Amino acid sequence: MVETVLRYRTDEPVGDPAVTVDAFAAQSNATAVRIEPGDDALALLPHLERIALIEVNFPSFADGRGYSAARSLRERGYTGELRAVGDVLIDQLSHMRRCGFDSFAPDKPISAEAAEAAFATWPEVYQQTVDGRAPIWAARHPAAKA
Amino acid sequence: MYQYDQHDQAMVDARVAEFRGQVARRLSGELTEDQFKPLRLKNGLYLQLHAYMLRVAVPYGTLNSAQMRVLGDIADKYDRGYGHFTTRQNIQYNWIKLADAPDILADLAKVQLHAIQTSGNCIRNTTADHFAGAAADEVADPRPYAELLRQWSTFHPEFDYLPRKFKVAIIASETDRAAMRLHDIGIQIVKNEAGEIGCKFFAGGGMGRTPMIAPCIAEFVPALQMISFLEAALRVYNRHGRRDNKYKARIKILVHEIGVAEYSRQVQEEFAHILTLGLEPPPAELERIKGMFADPGLESGLSDDLDRSDPDFALWVDQNVHTHKQAGYAIVTISLKPVGGIPGDATAYQIRLMADLARDYSLDELRVSHAQNIVLPHVKKADLYRVWQALDAAGLATPNLDLITDIIACPGLDYCALANARSLPLAQKITDRFADIGRQRELGELKLKISGCINACGHHHAGHIGILGVDRKGVENYQLLLGGAESADTSLGTITGPGFSEDGVVDAIEKVTDVYLARREGAERFLDTYRRIGMAPFKEAIYG
Repeated sequence: MVETVLRYRTDEPVGDPAVTVDAFAAQSNATAVRIEPGDDALALLPHLERIALIEVNFPSFADGRGYSAARSLRERGYTGELRAVGDVLIDQLSHMRRCGFDSFAPDKPISAEAAEAAFATWPEVYQQTVDGRAPIWAARHPAAKA
Repeated sequence: MYQYDQHDQAMVDARVAEFRGQVARRLSGELTEDQFKPLRLKNGLYLQLHAYMLRVAVPYGTLNSAQMRVLGDIADKYDRGYGHFTTRQNIQYNWIKLADAPDILADLAKVQLHAIQTSGNCIRNTTADHFAGAAADEVADPRPYAELLRQWSTFHPEFDYLPRKFKVAIIASETDRAAMRLHDIGIQIVKNEAGEIGCKFFAGGGMGRTPMIAPCIAEFVPALQMISFLEAALRVYNRHGRRDNKYKARIKILVHEIGVAEYSRQVQEEFAHILTLGLEPPPAELERIKGMFADPGLESGLSDDLDRSDPDFALWVDQNVHTHKQAGYAIVTISLKPVGGIPGDATAYQIRLMADLARDYSLDELRVSHAQNIVLPHVKKADLYRVWQALDAAGLATPNLDLITDIIACPGLDYCALANARSLPLAQKITDRFADIGRQRELGELKLKISGCINACGHHHAGHIGILGVDRKGVENYQLLLGGAESADTSLGTITGPGFSEDGVVDAIEKVTDVYLARREGAERFLDTYRRIGMAPFKEAIYG
């Protein structure tokens, strides 16, 4: 099966396959890891230096744990590729991007044009997250921006 | 009241456009019902037994007259001429056509209303004290905090696929008029010894099949850290809330299973991290919002005199009018519980009339209460008689607030796909049985709540008298509960014993009230007597 990946980074993609969190802990040279919904993403914190790709699996779009995993990793300094895989649908892309995902490997391929339209769903945002978008309160109070 | 600026308007308009596209994809067959379902639920559109139901958000239960009028117009234009006000301070329309839904949302957006997050496993519309801004006992108006919360929770990218729905209620006085501790998160705005405003947080309350009263998880969080604390509380829940069983997925189960101490510890740890990120809206934003709620235009120096010569008016004043913080003003509650009526229903004509009265006599404000009534929060005492006359002429002056016929009921099997039994005909029968207002007043404060299934949308656990409809071998059966309460002394009701038929449960309620009348001491309410003498005498009367 050809995997279609939507990628929004300029660096070279990682060639290594992503391994499970348990396997990753045992392999000191692994650079790509896959998180399942029940995994503790923060267990990866001591190893962020050597990780180039973290895949976050969504077995069902309705299981939202991956959003917290992604945003938590970004908040704590992870700058490598963060990829949402699995049951990733067009209607979730925008929120995923806001939580720090910068690549997507949906089970059912999504076209780049459709993805762009999804990212543009909301002209503005209310919350400050990890995507660099200024929240509405910052636009209202430019002087108060930290 | 809060007014949208161009940013708020752009967000709501974007949602209407998005949903219009999704409905078009569904109508053309591009989306299957399975694919469409989670999308329509995010816009409050349910598929019920007979038609689509649209649930419109009334943020923290506050409306202006223009908004109320549009709610009436929608009932006429797209429904069957009425709407149903709910225990979530929202309004629902029960006979909606899918193709009309985007136009309804567009009509709502023109008056700064929407149906965003009124369903789905996300942060739902925030509810609040329906006397906010008018009550004499509040330490602050809770609505600016609720508005800050509304903005933060709107399209929150991390918390749109939680284990289960998530309801937040906010109050600012010791008297809890919002059943705050029966919510996933309850916030009480408090003042500390230094005179600073902050939030006392409760977590893990709820009704449903496992009712729980929320324990306190933080005594005082500075008001300017409220959003950061909520981020932490939600994140811990999103990570660890159960997803293996939808009946164990609410935060109350998590708090119960890991314990309030451990849940609080994890929240504090995450809170400390989140405070380093600087994602709290600045003080200027809270001040901006507060400014819009500060002064609704109250006059000072007005007289408290009232002409009580009309006995029907005096009766209504005694039962449905509350003290306002400002001399010369009163808080009016319009009962949507006439004898023989459906609790919470109002016709388009009645909705527009209430809008007009708010415009002319209540500084343009209305509230929806979680008890399914409407509040005019700022009425001059000098205008009360005129307001009462107008309400009376429209069938809206039932003087039964907090009496046995002021029933909370879910839509039940008449509308709801989840229900096991009908709630509405039973509510009608009970009001018929206790129709005499003198008898109701003799019974005093008596909160009766009916749910048509174990999901407890009718708050039966929190009723002084609660009724739960169940399905027993294909026949509707009603269990009776006594001793629930939702105020500062929140408690959960206890089942009396075997259930009853529809008529049987009305008889049983009558026996219960007879026991109360025979056994009460002094000024005891029903609830007080029950708490003093316990279940046994009631059981004896019902089953003996």
